[in-house]
Amino acid sequence: MRLLTHNLLSSHVRGVGPRGFPLRLQATEVRINPVEFNPDFIARMIPKVEWAALLEAADTLHLVEVPKEPIQGYEHNEEFLRKMHHVLLEVEVLEGTLQCPESGRLFPISRGIPNMLLSDEETET
Amino acid sequence: MAFRGRRPELRGPPEVYYDKNEARKYVRNSRMIDVQTKMAERAVELLCVPEDKPCYVLDIGCGTGLSGDYLSDEGHYWVGIDISPAMLDEALDRDTQGDVILGDMGQGIPFKPGTFDACISISAVQWLCNANKKSDVPAKRLYCFFSSLYSVLVRGGRAVLQLYPENSEQLELITTQATRAGFTGGVVVDYPNSAKAKKFYLCLFSGPSTSIPEGLSEDTEEEKPAKSTFTAERVPYRIARRGVVRKSREWVLEKKARRRRQGKEVRPDTQYTGRKRKPRF
Repeated sequence: MRLLTHNLLSSHVRGVGPRGFPLRLQATEVRINPVEFNPDFIARMIPKVEWAALLEAADTLHLVEVPKEPIQGYEHNEEFLRKMHHVLLEVEVLEGTLQCPESGRLFPISRGIPNMLLSDEETET
Repeated sequence: MAFRGRRPELRGPPEVYYDKNEARKYVRNSRMIDVQTKMAERAVELLCVPEDKPCYVLDIGCGTGLSGDYLSDEGHYWVGIDISPAMLDEALDRDTQGDVILGDMGQGIPFKPGTFDACISISAVQWLCNANKKSDVPAKRLYCFFSSLYSVLVRGGRAVLQLYPENSEQLELITTQATRAGFTGGVVVDYPNSAKAKKFYLCLFSGPSTSIPEGLSEDTEEEKPAKSTFTAERVPYRIARRGVVRKSREWVLEKKARRRRQGKEVRPDTQYTGRKRKPRF
């Protein structure tokens, strides 16, 4: 599971709503995977990224070289875009857990696949 | 896909039907790969995304990532969600470029609002129409799915869902719930006259309503008038009728032609039409 996906995942347990974001990440196994760089896509995804959550996740994974905030004119700053590309698309979490901040519910991650299946009580109102 | 026995949806829940054997068959069968890739191609075509613009796409019921591979080939980035662990394991073995999530679409899509530019689904949504647990209410699950899908798409985002509805009631149930969730759009049917090639694509728009693309059909050589032509020409009624004597054969033929234009059922014209009958009175 890449950090871009983690940044956009939210808990959909009933009654949690917007407080189900961001999911706290705990990783035990991480892998770096080279991915082709596409500046258009990265530039379009930057506004959607939640920086606090990204910085927290990068911190947990002990990543270096993570920009602290989007800089002015980032669409044309290739260095910035490359750093974001590395952080968002090239770092993969293989084993770990995601924790819902509101309900405390844990979603396990196994072989890079987060298990977001809910039980019956959590889906009903 | 011709099923000799019952539909797969009636044989059990998807996570049980798509076990390791079925998943392996899915991946090894070249015909299956061909069909799924073609449907993914058509779905992306119906999405009408601008060329050369990489999008973040949600693939619902991604399974082994066959449709996802097509999305990657087109330069898009995608996230897939599927309920069967066996199918997702095969996806991992095939080293797909998109992330996959183990989840139940009927429970909602676990993403922030406005995440995805577009969404596709190949042969998955009809699984929501069957209740597999006593607590399942298909209409509720469908509504939960569509309303969460509406929220995770950006404003003006599109979703194209290819599905196999069992009958028209099922299709109506699905479209009703989609409309309740706020979507506009419609169903595109490809090859409606062929039993095997017939495919349903549910095209949903989350912004203002736009026109739905036309379905493919086989006879594109002849110009079969599928729609009626609308002209602004109008024949002034009284002038057209001035020359005709009431109750004459000509008048009868004209009246029958008028009723045919109105779409009513009219007997065919024969040599006996408007014939002078024996005076009975």
